[in-house]
Amino acid sequence: MDQNNLIINLSDISFAYPGSSKALDKLNLQFHQGDRLGLIGPNGSGKTTMFHIIMGLLKPSSGTIEIFGRQVNGERDFRSVRERIGLLFQDADDQLFSPTVLEDVAFGPLNLGRSQEEAKDIAQSTLELLGLSGFEDRITYKLSGGEKKLVSLATVLAMEPEILLLDEPSNGLDDNTKAKLTEALSQLDLSYILISHEIDFLSETTDSVCEMRNGKILIDKEVYVHPHYHRHPHGTVPHEHKP
Amino acid sequence: MIEEPFSNGNSLVHNLDPRIKVIFAILYSFIVALSSRFPTLFAALGFSLLLIVLARLNVQEVSKRLAVVNGLILFFWLVLPLTIKGETLFNLGPLAVTREGVILSAQITLKSNAILLSFIAMVASMSITTLGHAMNRLYIPDKIVHLFLLTYRYIFVIDQEYQRLSRSAKIRSFRPGTNTHTYKTYAYLIGMLFVRASARAQRVHQAMLCRGFKGRFYCLHEFSMSLRDWALSAIMAVVIFGLGVLEWTKIT
Repeated sequence: MDQNNLIINLSDISFAYPGSSKALDKLNLQFHQGDRLGLIGPNGSGKTTMFHIIMGLLKPSSGTIEIFGRQVNGERDFRSVRERIGLLFQDADDQLFSPTVLEDVAFGPLNLGRSQEEAKDIAQSTLELLGLSGFEDRITYKLSGGEKKLVSLATVLAMEPEILLLDEPSNGLDDNTKAKLTEALSQLDLSYILISHEIDFLSETTDSVCEMRNGKILIDKEVYVHPHYHRHPHGTVPHEHKP
Repeated sequence: MIEEPFSNGNSLVHNLDPRIKVIFAILYSFIVALSSRFPTLFAALGFSLLLIVLARLNVQEVSKRLAVVNGLILFFWLVLPLTIKGETLFNLGPLAVTREGVILSAQITLKSNAILLSFIAMVASMSITTLGHAMNRLYIPDKIVHLFLLTYRYIFVIDQEYQRLSRSAKIRSFRPGTNTHTYKTYAYLIGMLFVRASARAQRVHQAMLCRGFKGRFYCLHEFSMSLRDWALSAIMAVVIFGLGVLEWTKIT
């Protein structure tokens, strides 16, 4: 692997929520430019926690975080990280808080210092990219589950991030919406880490899949998805296949 | 949860610039609240009714809202005529009904109905989102506006969470009664709601931080005043002025 393309480098990260055992246990992760990495693993294995550590929403008890070749520590460092990495939350209701769709999508660009006009243009073109034209004046809480998810993705994409962290984006979506999401992701040409419990969805959207267990990422270079034999690693992880 | 039965419509009042409506509703309610002469109060009630007619609102829905307020006013009628000192109008057994008490109750009734009707016609005839935007454009402090809009946004989510909790109690055969078990269950339910709301608030804040939130909100909505808006605001200014004249120059 090219060391210059290393964008996220977590080493020996440990984290524990107050009053519970370790959520992350000396976790190591090297993420390179152009990677499309899938993460799979049981509930409570620390996947979401790791995302929040990368974004600086949680502070690890030990270990170092290097992003874009620089060590990041305080809130100030993470502020610039958040301008280049977009996180899609598990629950779209957490992400959408503005009254209208247009305002929500324009919120990020405005925070980045864009003018109102620019922000509106960016928001509109992002919505168009995801096939959401005409949604501008819709009220966010009145959207359906799938629409909320796609609009949340638009709010993240509008900030033109270099990397996406997607926390179970396919959760609760029907096949149609899932297909839309898959198509949008393949069009984007972005590096991303994607958490999902669905092997099929991961194989369609990512190039490699890692398993997370007990606060560690299990790196196994031999691991590939084999759809035609219908045998794959992590078969012990509960999942479903499309017919 | 919160229904907005009057916000959709296509009438003279609905099409008026929301900023004008907010300003007028506030000034108008002040002038009505400060008036005490019956000619002024009856004129105001008449004008408020005219606004409702112009807004072409559902009469049944409007009366439902009036009923709530007038139920409360009924208590004033029961108490005030008997407790305010003054000239005795007639005796009710050992109790004396005073002229001053009846006048005060009548004033309260007229004022509340006039103000309520004007707010239904002017403010309830726009969506809450529009109201928030109008408040923002009227230079009401950002914090108030966003507190207002965020409350509106998340009250539905909290309601859903409450429904989910109470459904899960129901499917396990919970039947409320007058016993400790019921009180305890409701206490848990409400406690859980607070915990979830606080966790939700934390996650929303995190999501906002991830999108570069620096403590500032932005409003993209634009309003523009048309010629008709100016004309109607002039008419409303005349109405407010007229009420003031009626009240303080005693021409009638």
